[in-house]
Amino acid sequence: MPPLVDLDRVTLTYGEGRRGTPALSDTTLRIAEGEFVAFVGPSGCGKSSLLKLVSGLVPATTGNVIVAQREVTEPIKIVGMAFQNPNLLPWRNTLSNVLLPVEIVQPHRSRLRQDRDAYVTRARSLLKTVGLADFEDKLPWQLSGGMQQRASLCRALMHEPSLLLLDEPFGALDAFTREELWSVLQTLWMERRFTVVLVTHDLREALYLSDTIYVMSARPGRILVRHEVTFPRPRTLASTYEPAFVDALSELRGHISEARGGAAPV
Amino acid sequence: MTLSLGKARSAMAVPPADDEPRFRLPKISRRVLANVFLPISFVLFLLLVWQISTQAFHIPPYILPSPSAFLSVLVQRSDVLLMMAKQTAEATLMGFAVGVTVGLAIGGLMGSSRVMYDMIYPSLIGVHAVPSVALIPVFIVWVGIGPQIAVITGAIASFFPVTVIVASAIAASSPELDDVLRSLGARKIDVLLKVSIPQALPQFFGSIKLAISGAFIGTIVAEIVAGSVGIGHVMVIATNNMDGPLAYAGLTILATMGVTLYLIAVLIEKRMTGWAYRRN
Repeated sequence: MPPLVDLDRVTLTYGEGRRGTPALSDTTLRIAEGEFVAFVGPSGCGKSSLLKLVSGLVPATTGNVIVAQREVTEPIKIVGMAFQNPNLLPWRNTLSNVLLPVEIVQPHRSRLRQDRDAYVTRARSLLKTVGLADFEDKLPWQLSGGMQQRASLCRALMHEPSLLLLDEPFGALDAFTREELWSVLQTLWMERRFTVVLVTHDLREALYLSDTIYVMSARPGRILVRHEVTFPRPRTLASTYEPAFVDALSELRGHISEARGGAAPV
Repeated sequence: MTLSLGKARSAMAVPPADDEPRFRLPKISRRVLANVFLPISFVLFLLLVWQISTQAFHIPPYILPSPSAFLSVLVQRSDVLLMMAKQTAEATLMGFAVGVTVGLAIGGLMGSSRVMYDMIYPSLIGVHAVPSVALIPVFIVWVGIGPQIAVITGAIASFFPVTVIVASAIAASSPELDDVLRSLGARKIDVLLKVSIPQALPQFFGSIKLAISGAFIGTIVAEIVAGSVGIGHVMVIATNNMDGPLAYAGLTILATMGVTLYLIAVLIEKRMTGWAYRRN
């Protein structure tokens, strides 16, 4: 089966000419359908740029970005995105925020009028999975940060994207809420098996959630290490304290220290 | 501990503890006291002082009529005054409607395109820099003396705040929310309809409050300068005849109308953009 995402010697430079800021240099990688991939690395290493490349929000400076056997030249429809900031529309309640993508993305857009009930049912079932069943008519400011982020996840999944792009989605949350949402995301992913690209600063998060971890170098970003995670699923918080997990964590931490140009941790 | 109505009822079954006051006004009536009773008493007090001073100092009514004098004129000539007030209200609302429509159109255009903004904004400032009173003689040449002058002046006075505020509100739409829509492949018109316009609504309704008072002022000025009807015209007739009580009856009507128009604008604002006001 051909990979869902195929980056071939991709570079990205913001701005033009000598003044341009290189964000990503010579990146080649493939992501299989249904794979859960995480990118970790020091800040400013071009992780988020990579997501923008894949989603088509910015064009590659050189090289090819191919998603679902098509070269990406403009924003593509098969992706769902969630950001560090939940970015819910403040004048819409939770349910209608979750319904937003199907008001825009074809073919749902033209079906929405006649199949509205089916879409509402789908949005409700997503909200139920993330534990927001009783909050569908609340406005965003009435929800906690963690609840808003759950709603944002539902919105990203509403139009059944085959590719979910997550840009530090749990970065602004407290540790307990974050760990809770790992489990929520894992459940959603195991149920529906979409492909996920997760950008994160949190190595435990990457190990808990993903099949493959790419460690990136400081700017301009480049892939240093590809690390496969083979722990059985579903993973639990308890499993993050098992020796194998802890070993993998310290190995990754070593790579990151190298990437930042510092000494390896003692 | 405060006693609400519900608690007061339960207090009948269970005698209140000794340290609690036996009797306190329920919360609701304290609010009514503060928001309705006190302001009205204050107005009545001012009117009383006014009444007493005009009588005590023998102030002639053409300089300052007593409240009883102008309020009785208000009642006696209510048929004429109401007709004139209706004229003023109609002219104000028509001017306001035209002004807001034009303001929305130009503001929307300027807000959604940087080029349009840069192109139109200087002219807009130039037009606004001319006091609208100064334009009235020009309008007279165009449409003659009468109520239509009031409508035009009201529209001119009300379109500016709407234009400027709507333009900047739409232009300032949050880039992060835009990204959410763009990543879904939304077209520019989608972003405008789903994000920029709803996001600009609170500012738009804020500008409506400025526009309604602008239209009102513009209308009255036009009626005074070039009117044949309306409360503004009544003011001119009253002062020409040294009829103090009539002039003050006119002012009373203007104050009432101004407050009413403002309240209507506030009511619409609260209803349409409740999401932007977190408390209550």
